[in-house]
Amino acid sequence: MDTPQSTPQDDPARPAGDATTPEAVPGAGDGRREDGPELIRFQDVTKRFGELTVLDDLCFSVYPRKHVTLIGPSGSGKTTILRLLMTLVKPDEGTITVDGEHLTHEERHGKLVPAGEKHVREVRKKIGMVFQQFNLFPNMKVLRNVTEAPVHVLGLSKDEAEARARDLIELVGLTEHIDKYPTQLSGGQQQRVAIARALAMRPKVLLLDEVTSALDPELVAGVLDVLRDVAHSTEITMLCVTHEMSFARDISDCVMMFDKGRIVEAAPPEQLFGDPRHQRTRDFLRSVQ
Amino acid sequence: MNWDWGVVADFMPYFWSGLLTTLQALAWGTLIAFSLGLVWAIAVRGPAFVRWPVLGFTEFVRNTPLLVQLFFLFFVLPEWGPTVPVMVAGAIGLGLHYSTYTMEVYRAGIEAVPVGQWEAAHALSMSPRRTWQSVILPQAFRRSVPALGNYVIAMLKETPLIATIGLMEMLGEARAFGTETFRFMEPYTVVGIAFVLVAYPASLLIRALERRLATH
Ligand SMILES: Nc1ncnc2c1ncn2[C@@H]1O[C@H](COP(=O)(O)OP(=O)(O)O)[C@@H](O)[C@H]1O
Ligand SMILES: [Mg+2]
Repeated sequence: MDTPQSTPQDDPARPAGDATTPEAVPGAGDGRREDGPELIRFQDVTKRFGELTVLDDLCFSVYPRKHVTLIGPSGSGKTTILRLLMTLVKPDEGTITVDGEHLTHEERHGKLVPAGEKHVREVRKKIGMVFQQFNLFPNMKVLRNVTEAPVHVLGLSKDEAEARARDLIELVGLTEHIDKYPTQLSGGQQQRVAIARALAMRPKVLLLDEVTSALDPELVAGVLDVLRDVAHSTEITMLCVTHEMSFARDISDCVMMFDKGRIVEAAPPEQLFGDPRHQRTRDFLRSVQ
Repeated sequence: MNWDWGVVADFMPYFWSGLLTTLQALAWGTLIAFSLGLVWAIAVRGPAFVRWPVLGFTEFVRNTPLLVQLFFLFFVLPEWGPTVPVMVAGAIGLGLHYSTYTMEVYRAGIEAVPVGQWEAAHALSMSPRRTWQSVILPQAFRRSVPALGNYVIAMLKETPLIATIGLMEMLGEARAFGTETFRFMEPYTVVGIAFVLVAYPASLLIRALERRLATH
């Protein structure tokens, strides 16, 4: 590590909660008391791919209604964090809880046992994700992309799901494209549909993984505007990986700087961008400018 | 020997009956091949105790002659179980044999669906069944249609084999007619043309379908 570890607060492997607790992050407000317990909690989470330790004893929490942004160099493990939450990969060590429920284990007869597929699906309903490559279903029109899961997973009636979808499609500004197939849309429009599709499940937390990285530069602003809108007009919690620093500054309550699978520092955007404490953060910010 | 239209006219009633048998066997065989192939393709993505038996069985079926399988179904199997009607044995024989080919078509189609599609379905908490039904199979199917169509035509050209278990399809009728009347040229010619008349439009249809699917 090239970061000083003199005080506990500077230690990247600090205990659970510190990264985004109100104490550590004044900008996040009186989160703990106002918003109840944490929505996402990583405790001593380690993830390895073969020899490579991608996440190293990671601890952090995200509180309800907060918008937390992950920044850091490529390969530092940001995507892996989102994929762990999505149960697309499993942690090697440590526990992850979402809204108080274990992601990888469930309680049966008072004992924690490895989670069954059903439990995982239930917990995952609280989480929505938007991918870098949109991943819309090309065999469905825009409207059905947004209604498919609400109908078949949440059990909404077709009418309810369509009403919900139309509202969301309007929110992302695509009402006139509702009857098109994804391939008939630009990348930016597809990504906006993907945002609507994720929101249609009414998740408590929205995961965003470099959602503008695959877009032509002129299409980035439209998608970020939609996300700003979502961040400011809804109660949704966001965990967001991005290289768009001005966007991070706009929407974040807390920015976490990652390097080599550890949190280098976590702070409100004004502080992290304005007066970063660590050389590693300063170097990174200079490199992305 | 001169071409005799009178012979053709005499043969026609047998021909129609043979054509009907051919098309029936083809229709049932196709239905079995398309659905069973899909079952195999999904099964080999399942747990090891499903995967390996299915792979072993389909490999075995693919690498033994259809003729042997037909003999087995019609002559050997009844020694253990009830005798099956010859049409059923023929259709199962064709369908089972070709299911091991359509399986590979489906597998390729399924593998061509980007991993992001699985992940998106997963992120929306879709059940495995829903994921297959709404997301994976529609996309895999679309990519599979042209190759599946080609196997229908291949199967059509192999239907004469079912005559060996006594199912009188077109060619069987022609041979029976020839043996009886000593006129082979007319019935065989009629049947040859009939194969072309069925297969050629079918392949045009497949190509049209292929173009349609490609543009959408
Ligand atoms: N499925 C995987 N198998 C092997 N290595 C992986 C896998 N996923 C990610 N990695 C590795 O883990 C590291 C962190 O990846 P990632 O979380 O995608 O980083 P980031 O999103 O910060 O760029 C990288 O070195 C990457 O190559
Ligand atoms: Mg990444």
